[in-house]
Amino acid sequence: MNDEIRNRLGKLRDRKQRPRFTRAAVLGLVAAILLGILVVRLWSLQVVTGDEYLAEARANRTLEFRVRAPRGEILDRNGEVLVGNRARTALQLDPARVPIDEAAREALFEKLAPVVDRQADWIRKRYREELEDNPPGSPVTLVEDVDDSVVYYLRENRERFPQIVISRVFVRTYPRGTLAAHLLGSVGEVTAEELESDAPSGIEAGDTIGKAGIEQTYDTILRGKSGTTRLQVDSLGRIRGSLDSDDPVPGDSIRLTVDLGLQAAGEAALSSIGLPGAFVVLDVRTGETLALGSWPTVDPAIFTRPLSEADAERLWDEDQGAPMFNRAIGGAYPVGSVYKPFTAIAAIDAGIVDPSTVIEDGGKITVAGQTFTNAGQKVHGPVDLERALEVSSDVYFYRLGQNMNGTDALQDWSREFGIGEPTGIDLVGESEGLLPTPGWRNALFRNGDTDRPWAVGDNIQLSIGQGDLQANPLQIALGYSALGNGGTVYRPKLLRRVEDVAGRVKKELEPEALRKISIPARVRAAIMEGLNLAAQAPEGTSFPVFGGFPVEIAGKTGTAERPPYGDQSWYAALAPFDNPRIAVATTVEEGGFGVDTAAPVALAILSEYFDETASQVGGGAGNVE
Amino acid sequence: MESSRLPRRERLTEPLGVRLVDRLGLRQLDGWLLLAALGLVLVSVVTLDAASEKPVVGAPDLLSQRQAVYGLIGIVGMLLLARFDYSRFRDLRTGLYALLCISIIATFVFGFAARGSTQSIELPLFTFQPAEPGKLLLILALAGFVLDGSRAGSEAKRTIRYLALGMLPTALVLLQDLGTSLVYVAITLAIMMAAGVRWSHLGAIGAAAVAFVVFVLVLMPAAGVPLLKEYQQERLTSFVSPESDPRGAGYQQNQARVAAGAGGLTGRGDQATQSNLGFLPERHTDFVFAVVAERYGFAGAALVLSLFALLLWRALRLMSLSKDSYGKLVAAGIASAILFQVFVSVGMNLGIMPITGIPLPLMSYGGSAVISTLLMVGVLQSIHIRSRAGQRGPWVG
Repeated sequence: MNDEIRNRLGKLRDRKQRPRFTRAAVLGLVAAILLGILVVRLWSLQVVTGDEYLAEARANRTLEFRVRAPRGEILDRNGEVLVGNRARTALQLDPARVPIDEAAREALFEKLAPVVDRQADWIRKRYREELEDNPPGSPVTLVEDVDDSVVYYLRENRERFPQIVISRVFVRTYPRGTLAAHLLGSVGEVTAEELESDAPSGIEAGDTIGKAGIEQTYDTILRGKSGTTRLQVDSLGRIRGSLDSDDPVPGDSIRLTVDLGLQAAGEAALSSIGLPGAFVVLDVRTGETLALGSWPTVDPAIFTRPLSEADAERLWDEDQGAPMFNRAIGGAYPVGSVYKPFTAIAAIDAGIVDPSTVIEDGGKITVAGQTFTNAGQKVHGPVDLERALEVSSDVYFYRLGQNMNGTDALQDWSREFGIGEPTGIDLVGESEGLLPTPGWRNALFRNGDTDRPWAVGDNIQLSIGQGDLQANPLQIALGYSALGNGGTVYRPKLLRRVEDVAGRVKKELEPEALRKISIPARVRAAIMEGLNLAAQAPEGTSFPVFGGFPVEIAGKTGTAERPPYGDQSWYAALAPFDNPRIAVATTVEEGGFGVDTAAPVALAILSEYFDETASQVGGGAGNVE
Repeated sequence: MESSRLPRRERLTEPLGVRLVDRLGLRQLDGWLLLAALGLVLVSVVTLDAASEKPVVGAPDLLSQRQAVYGLIGIVGMLLLARFDYSRFRDLRTGLYALLCISIIATFVFGFAARGSTQSIELPLFTFQPAEPGKLLLILALAGFVLDGSRAGSEAKRTIRYLALGMLPTALVLLQDLGTSLVYVAITLAIMMAAGVRWSHLGAIGAAAVAFVVFVLVLMPAAGVPLLKEYQQERLTSFVSPESDPRGAGYQQNQARVAAGAGGLTGRGDQATQSNLGFLPERHTDFVFAVVAERYGFAGAALVLSLFALLLWRALRLMSLSKDSYGKLVAAGIASAILFQVFVSVGMNLGIMPITGIPLPLMSYGGSAVISTLLMVGVLQSIHIRSRAGQRGPWVG
């Protein structure tokens, strides 16, 4: 009994000093809480937000390459390739993988130098320049057209050079060299500003877009759609397999209205003169642009390689004739006597003269104390409309201009023919020109921007395409087209149709008539007759050039004073005379008389069109307007 | 089950397997505890086998095979320890404590640097980390010391004495590896708590610990006198906002969280790109739980946590069933060591604990850790066998 009590007491004492049962419970509770926290966290991470992390894990292992689509080709109206493509292998640096730390970056450049066969300094400079010029994230092209051996080496050593992207890029080829360079335009890497303004259309940094000409106007058609190749990569960037990919969609081809033969003939004739100038050939029945050229020109292939700053500046240097400048649509010149048909129609419509009205050309007129003379002081005697056009009597048209002053007849009709406003051709860079009106000059005068208000002399000058008037060859060709087809003004077009990569027609363009001018048939006939005489009658101003041309044409020379420069030479023609199909407008800066430089260019184009040559003729009025 | 009560002669007629089970004393083992331990080792081997984008060239299954071998060695050790009377360790406490301190000091002498810290000794065929078995040594020795002085001196003095005994090896380990030293702290505090140290004393120690952490992580770096290496500091603080530096210290944390999160409910299996393609760092050791979570999803990860819960329950249960105080304290120490490591390691994998490089018991690849943990389980088995429960068969609740 005592033993038992002692035993029990001992156990009690022991229990006091021994770890108590409650401590085990506390530990168990702590364990339960901690494990509970883990389970709750696990559930929230995996089940509640699991999808987000799954997406993140997928993005982690996916490497996306943009696979560029080849641009569509640009063809002439007969299917001749004007702009094609060539695949080229380029080595590019992925800026996202280039270290930010300067020392590490230098080490990378040193490592890359022997691979791309350049100095590290060169790589550094190129990298910096490209980063400055291009939108963020654009790959930095180090070298293009690399050897296969370099490509294979890099493919095998991908882990050593994770920053290098080997990409196939398409570059434009120009089988016809400089031909039609201005209207074809060029392509280039998209800039940061373009990317911002053009963001929704699927362009990304590093993409190529049209920068000028047709390439720019129809960029969305030509561009196609880039594809994406997705690869599975591990954490070191090694490729472990491929995932779903989108194939690139090649751009559609564009068939132009341009006729290669006419274009070549015009360019050859213009360049043989050696002065800056331009020409435009329109189909008077549709507004299709058969040829459009400007000289001096550029080789569009230079834009397929990085362009030095000096070269880029030279392209716009006025002393070198600003080769990039497309004078056919961007020029703005006084046009001289090629303007006279518009003056005639306006005056007849205004009831000032009749085609048969005879005006005495005494060689000069004096209006408001100011004397206006014929070119070369010539005296043509009594002239009616036809005769006035044939010999290019200025006095006849001075009178019309004088009598139309105070009305808006001359300006209204000129505007109808498309003078002094953009034609709406599918090219960027069209100049508006300038059609002087009393309102325009008087507003300038009120603002103190000119020394005098509108005077009758201004209208007199305008009547022969002089004074403040400024127009470009396209506007003249368009105006003559309307005259040639009886009064329909078409929107000039370069796009004939869109074709897919297999040549199937996706879209055909219809002629787009902008407006119809009603020209009385009798008036039109008289003007056409006068222009025919001017071109091919022995006393006509361009008889020396067209006198021996077997096809009857209507043509008008123009010699415009353009201080401080030399005279601007012009020629405008419609052919054939009885039922015109084409309108030609040519101009040469400082080319002197229209018959000297502009007319021969027009002749070369018409010779090509009709496949005829002009025989030499002697005599004629020559050299005078 | 009934066969154990049969006369010896009749048992001889039973098949060899059954006789072996008897000879090894397996009938008295805690079956649940065994199940939890073996289950975790098995999951570890399977996970290591599947998880690798094979890290060792020419020996694709090297890690899982080695882990299996470590597991087998550990199981043999566990069975041997189970038959050994754990209370003998109480008598050996001084020797065990000396062994603990000397072995850790030895790593300074023979050790080699791994990932910025020295914590292992290179042996033939094997890299030995003394700090791992050191956890068990600390538990066995400290439990003995605590009972030793349970009747001597004032309570405060005793508290300080226990703390000092725990902190000496902790300090030695701290010089090598922060994470492991935290386990030593957890063991020390858990044994003190189980031994009945006053709550007020424990609270004071806790407050001092918090002050210490603030001092080390916040005040001293702010004063320009960092006490930790930069990589340690970053690991410990980056978990607060891992996105702030996704390429730096937060990288591992982010990748682990993405891996675990991507696993979803049922896991991604062979599509587990985070682990297979190498985005997840240290996926065989520190981040093995994230691998499980990605491959096998919530289902698999919860199974692993369940096995740990089972293991902990069986360990904590011994705190009340052990035949003596020593067994109770040892059980408390082992349970706490495992609980602490599970919480910190899994928490680190799930982005709620800092990166401290603590392995997940029985799951992370590594011989020292796996074998040491199985030896702990062996000690638990020994306590079980010698408790009242041990006489009631392997599946008694």
